[in-house]
Amino acid sequence: MPDAVEQVVGRAYEHGWVSDIQSDSLPPGLSEDTVRFISAKKDEPDWLLQWRLEALRKWQAMEPPDWAHLKWGPIDYQSIIYYSAPKSTSEGPKSLEEVDPELLRTYEKLGIPLHERAALAGVAVDAVFDSVSVATTFRETLAKAGVIFCPLSEAVREHPGLVRKYLGSVVPVTDNYFAALNSAVFSDGSFCFIPKGVRCPMELSTYFRINAKNTGQFERTLIIAEDKAYVSYLEGCTAPQRDENQLHAAVVELVALEDAEIKYSTVQNWYPGDENGRGGIFNFVTKRGICKGDRSRISWTQVETGSAITWKYPSVILKGDDSVGEFYSVAVTAKRQQADTGTKMIHIGKNTRSTIISKGIAAERGQQSYRGLVRVLKGADNARNYTQCDSLLMGDTCGAHTFPYIEVRNRTAKVEHEATTSKVADEQIFYCQQRGMSEEDAVNLIVNGFCKEVFRQLPMEFAVEAQKLLAVTLEGAVG
Amino acid sequence: MLEIKNLHASIKGKAILKGLDLVVPAGEVHAIMGPNGSGKSTLSKVLAGDEAYEVTEGQALYKGKDLLTMSPDERAREGVFLAFQYPVEIPGVTNAYFLRTALNAVRRHRGEPELDAFTFLQRVKEAMKLLEMDAEFRNRFVNVGFSGGEKKRNEILQLTLLNPSLAILDEMDSGLDVDALRIASRGVNALRDADHAFLVITHYQRLLDYIVPDHVHILVDGRIVQSGDRSLALDVERAGYVDHQASA
Repeated sequence: MPDAVEQVVGRAYEHGWVSDIQSDSLPPGLSEDTVRFISAKKDEPDWLLQWRLEALRKWQAMEPPDWAHLKWGPIDYQSIIYYSAPKSTSEGPKSLEEVDPELLRTYEKLGIPLHERAALAGVAVDAVFDSVSVATTFRETLAKAGVIFCPLSEAVREHPGLVRKYLGSVVPVTDNYFAALNSAVFSDGSFCFIPKGVRCPMELSTYFRINAKNTGQFERTLIIAEDKAYVSYLEGCTAPQRDENQLHAAVVELVALEDAEIKYSTVQNWYPGDENGRGGIFNFVTKRGICKGDRSRISWTQVETGSAITWKYPSVILKGDDSVGEFYSVAVTAKRQQADTGTKMIHIGKNTRSTIISKGIAAERGQQSYRGLVRVLKGADNARNYTQCDSLLMGDTCGAHTFPYIEVRNRTAKVEHEATTSKVADEQIFYCQQRGMSEEDAVNLIVNGFCKEVFRQLPMEFAVEAQKLLAVTLEGAVG
Repeated sequence: MLEIKNLHASIKGKAILKGLDLVVPAGEVHAIMGPNGSGKSTLSKVLAGDEAYEVTEGQALYKGKDLLTMSPDERAREGVFLAFQYPVEIPGVTNAYFLRTALNAVRRHRGEPELDAFTFLQRVKEAMKLLEMDAEFRNRFVNVGFSGGEKKRNEILQLTLLNPSLAILDEMDSGLDVDALRIASRGVNALRDADHAFLVITHYQRLLDYIVPDHVHILVDGRIVQSGDRSLALDVERAGYVDHQASA
């Protein structure tokens, strides 16, 4: 039944519009001067400038990674714009009233309740537009609870001690090619600090959007949960439809101290490119959390439907005893999208536990790879890992691959790995149709069932959005 | 209700139905019996619209409309139901969600409002009670890990809720023990009235003790070779299909 699959997959990208906003951009190119410009623009202290410059020097000596199951041409790093800010915010908005109305409309289109009045959903939103953070809602409510939620550039000024202590502590500058690049040129991102014993009173959320042409987005997010603190953080992303590729190289660092818990959810819907593989975002992202304290817990949930290329391995370092790491992922590749994604669980502490649930869906000419590492170090007595890695194929022009790496250096550890590959069977579609559902609804039902274990980890509104995105991505792809 | 004329159908180029004629008026139960490979399941799949089968000749009218040009889901929404011989598993989708999605698709088509969660649940509970199904089946994934008998009972549950005009039961007795067969048949018989028609496809006479047919047809090598009343089924059970095969 190839027709319905093609219909399901072929729906147009909904977020492909471009906002008509004056932006204040650097010319393309990357040098020490670029880094100095960005740093100066942000009024950064010297230590941070030096940190960036060091990163740039390291990056210049590094080679891009070539081990992923991905194909892409060389990226010309000199043709990318490393700083672009909507002009009207160059002074910095003091309140929502000062934010460019066109920008607010942009977020409205994205369905973000930026306006506090409208934000009944109880989500505090930090919106990052191209390179700068334009508005953060609910800051007062959060401040009362002692929670700091602000643009990273602001945190550098207001909370330099915290930033200096934790920035780069989980993802070192030289961790990998793209992390080094990000460290040199990161423009903004969110900073979030939950003090001891505080349960963050609302979901925190950041929406990223790349708007300006030829612009790279290099945001950096840092979340710290002190002892017994809890936070749930949501991240969403879109970009306009453009014929050329755009680079997104973000870094996210999470730090959980004793008994703390961080839940980090992503719905990634960057522009995927067209059916011939033209355009689309190159998404090279480093996300890592450390369960530093005993009994701490970090949970990554991601729904990856966009981007031409996704290279992303949200990981957890389980350092504290009895700490828990989780990774739940749905990745969809249709058209000519490629994804090489998975996780790393590094067991250091005793009785550490990790769970990996990965659901890969490939349709049309999409290529889908799961790559995961479970490493149990010598001292990690009674470490446990359970990995389940399922791939669903739609049609016969796509591909799914699994690359699990398991390294165990402790005899008491228990590591389980299960993997399946299945196809959406014609019989399943026929069965649903015979009960009255359209072919498209049938495919959505089957695919959502396949992803259920991951979707139920998401907050309600996000789960609904994720299902819709999946439907859009797969529209026209049945067969 | 259903009028089939000179129906020819094949799968992967192999002819299976070779000129089948059959008329099933509303209010009647017709049984189709035949040896393995005679085309019984092909007939049910063709009527339901399985694209693996190709109709090469002939016609099938349902309530006067050309059934064969409708998509499978249109047929279902118009009231044609197939109880599958081998019901399909759908991991991650609960039975309740599946039923509600199906029921609302059918109701929308009929111009009826979608059922709210409460009313829906009441109906499911009633139907499950009739079929002596445990409440946990609502939250289990569609047919996943069900025994053969449970799957069949689940088909009848769907039949009961969707309340189609024409129900085709494809070997619903296979894999059912006597108790389960009695219970499942109770579900079917509860729907029998002047507005419903049934096409009961079976290899064995036993099923027809529970769902008593108005007419019995013998299908051999893709054609109906003999029609009669209930006693024909009993003859077949005694003598087998041998004679009919010879005459085909």
